[in-house]
Amino acid sequence: MTQSQRRWIFLVAGGGFLAFYLWGLIGLPGFGHYPGPYGDIINAIAVPQTHATGVVSAVNFEYRAFDTLGEEFILFIAATGVATVLRHLRQERDTSAVDEARNREVPATSDAVAMVTLAFIGPTVVVGWYLASHAQTSPSGGFQGGIVLATAFVLVYLAGQFIVFKRLSPVALTDAIEAIGAGSFAAVGIAALASGAAYLTNILPLGSTPGAVTPPERSR
Amino acid sequence: MSIFPFIVVAWVLAVGLYGIITSRHLVHQIVCLIVVQSSTYILLLGVGYKTGAVAPYFYDIPLNTPAVDPVVQALALTDVVVEAAVTALLLAFAVQAHKRFGTLDPEELRQLQG
Amino acid sequence: MTSALQVTILVLVAGGATAVVLTRDPVRQVVSVSIYGLLLAVLFMAFQAPDVTLSELTVGAVALPLLLLLTLAKVRKQEE
Repeated sequence: MTQSQRRWIFLVAGGGFLAFYLWGLIGLPGFGHYPGPYGDIINAIAVPQTHATGVVSAVNFEYRAFDTLGEEFILFIAATGVATVLRHLRQERDTSAVDEARNREVPATSDAVAMVTLAFIGPTVVVGWYLASHAQTSPSGGFQGGIVLATAFVLVYLAGQFIVFKRLSPVALTDAIEAIGAGSFAAVGIAALASGAAYLTNILPLGSTPGAVTPPERSR
Repeated sequence: MSIFPFIVVAWVLAVGLYGIITSRHLVHQIVCLIVVQSSTYILLLGVGYKTGAVAPYFYDIPLNTPAVDPVVQALALTDVVVEAAVTALLLAFAVQAHKRFGTLDPEELRQLQG
Repeated sequence: MTSALQVTILVLVAGGATAVVLTRDPVRQVVSVSIYGLLLAVLFMAFQAPDVTLSELTVGAVALPLLLLLTLAKVRKQEE
């Protein structure tokens, strides 16, 4: 099938899809008129029930914790898949043949890149730690904090310090930590089962609601 | 015009699909897949929006302020994570395909013997 | 009703998606997809979703360009 044939089929199918989509859109309540009950219910009961003011994180870890478990396993499987697909087979060479023949060395990273990346490692770690530990109060959470913390390691790699990077995050250690993380999430849920509640229910005592100064009552 | 966000969703989806169909480089195709996935985020957040409402974080606002839907935001968050993971896996496959067949062109990859 | 800010950002997002698809060279597309991620993050803020904004920012500006550039570097090294 040639390119232009493919384009024509796409235009015809796209027209059909657009017709059905617009037909479905007409029955929707329109942008901004939110009818459904779930959002309002959860907004009303989340803070009294979980004592957390970040309702999205409360939904992620309390009301829909099983979905978060699935998402954790998606990440775990993707990491395992990448490690498996890109594994080093025994008959492959590490450096390319042309590089070996001409005795070329790896060029050093430029000074500007090294300086900027090394300067930003400290603030990145601080921001990542802050984001990961404040999921219950403000827009942050484990995923965002985790990626920012991983960026700190990547900055070490980008600064040209490959040997330091390999020492900071050896492959065996990261594999083990990933497995322990995924497994302990499932194990925490089973601990809830052991005490008689449903899977992944919160069995620890609730803390106190975080909050800034309570705004004064509006005077009419 | 209160269905404009959904029209943008349909446009982004169609443009991404067009890019996937007429692409000549595997990495370009993967980035067009990212564009297609991003249309679903806009759709999810557009469905949960309420006019005049604020973000559902009651840290310093009184508890009964009208807020947007937090459930679709949790779904969109999961969506973003899944996009990153799928992209990583697809790029690993692209690297392996290049190593085995020497080309990253979808047209030529189709005609190779197994 | 969509406010003026939301309409503007939505038009920019549609334009950004078109630009990402029409950029055929993969190395240039990395820059395109970074800017598209930034536009999406602003759109999510306009839709009152700061958590999704943070995730999209970190994924679109850090993780995705890194993955894409590493893939392109590895492919180019294999071609030699």
